[in-house]
Amino acid sequence: MNSWLRHHRQAIAAAFGKIAAQKAAAALNALVIGIALSLPAGGYALLGSLRAATAGASLEPQLSLFMRVDAKRADAEALGARLKADARLRETRFVSREQALKELQANEGLAEVVASLNRNPLPDAFVLRPRATDAASLEALARDLRGLPGVAQVQADSAWARRLGALAGTARLAIALLAALLAFGLVAITFNTIRLQILTQRAEIEISKLIGATDAFIRRPFFYLGALQGLAGGLVALAILWGSLSALNVGVAELAASYGSSFRLAFLAPGDALAIALFSAGLGWLGAYMSVSKYLLEIEPK
Amino acid sequence: MISFSAVTKRYPGGQEALKGVSFALEAGEFAFIAGHSGAGKSTLLKLIPAIERPSSGAVLVNGQNVGALKRAALPYLRRNLGLVFQDQKLLYDRSVFDNVMLPLAFGDLSSREAGRRARAALEKVGLLPREKANPVQLSGGEQQRLAIARAVVNRPALLIADEPTANLDAASAASIMDIFASFNQVGVTVLVSTHDEALIGRFARRVLRLAKGSMVE
Repeated sequence: MNSWLRHHRQAIAAAFGKIAAQKAAAALNALVIGIALSLPAGGYALLGSLRAATAGASLEPQLSLFMRVDAKRADAEALGARLKADARLRETRFVSREQALKELQANEGLAEVVASLNRNPLPDAFVLRPRATDAASLEALARDLRGLPGVAQVQADSAWARRLGALAGTARLAIALLAALLAFGLVAITFNTIRLQILTQRAEIEISKLIGATDAFIRRPFFYLGALQGLAGGLVALAILWGSLSALNVGVAELAASYGSSFRLAFLAPGDALAIALFSAGLGWLGAYMSVSKYLLEIEPK
Repeated sequence: MISFSAVTKRYPGGQEALKGVSFALEAGEFAFIAGHSGAGKSTLLKLIPAIERPSSGAVLVNGQNVGALKRAALPYLRRNLGLVFQDQKLLYDRSVFDNVMLPLAFGDLSSREAGRRARAALEKVGLLPREKANPVQLSGGEQQRLAIARAVVNRPALLIADEPTANLDAASAASIMDIFASFNQVGVTVLVSTHDEALIGRFARRVLRLAKGSMVE
């Protein structure tokens, strides 16, 4: 166990030694990997911020039923009972005109507008969740509801949320594809770096094999080198992302403030940042593994 | 310790480097493999650590048929052999001390014990005062002594040297051979190839003579 640990310690030291011996090349490699990884990481962070901003929006189809402004509370109660009995509806929620006004007042930037009103212009309303969610059923249900007594307007208000959801899904897919593509790039960069290292150390590898080094012993420093290079690239990507978001947030804060919002682009959660660094290290190791598997076998003592 | 039975080595292209070579070397022996350039001396020595494999026949080292060993078993065979080459095969980006430490890095010795052994090996070949030097700062004879120190640091029972004195002047060559003789005196089996008949004449040892791939005496 001690010698196993010692061999790994030596391999890590050898990998750091190789990096120290070629500082400029190692730094450039880390920068290239970092820039490549920062693109999908940035997209992921951006989506996370948007998701948080739209967290309150429901993606399920729902209908908003507005009563006439002059409708009495008794009319609303009668309509409520009728809606509850309708088998096509899964959920019915009554929003009184007073409650609607309170919610409007709670919105940033609207309190002053609401305060300036002489009377409450909002009607009683119902938020309805239908059982069937296809467009035809929703349209038929809305048509029927419009014919009920005291109803002024029925609107399907989930369309925008669904569009946003679809857009977010497409963006997520695009980011995943970009990440996969750039992951291949990272593996290729590491593959080539390790290939060059192997060629540079050809004589040492040949001598080591000649005097009794196992393949595992020879491979190990290259694996650590690949993983360290990937890790460095991942950390550079996180640094680029943090710097970029900090810079962007100056403008975003001003823009959001003009809408009465405190919205900011958020950096990745610690778990996500750690996952990116480890994923990058893993890809570096994979590139090294592929390179070593291909080129180390070709070197035999003569 | 070493046994060759009707060993033939044919290289791709049909060139036959060894033809039915048979001999045995007992533990503790010191023998020369003599012959002109191209006689098959290097090929014969390369068969012992399985750098080359025989085309036919068997090469046994301590009763083990090394020609049939799997690739994964070769490092463990080679660790028990001390190999010295005409071109030394040193690492010129490492110090003298680090070159000798290299074979110990694969083993189970602690760093302290490995360092102690490396210095003992360097002392044996007279290079301890130059442990921090780079091999390029050493003379040809010193480089060969460094190669010997690296070969013996794992305390092998068998020392194999391929033309170790080929590029050295007479005094350096004699000094190298004296080192081999001193290892043989403490029980190490030594097999040295050379084309230097004068050198062979100075040492009354067994001579295995090769000519055009065949053993002639």
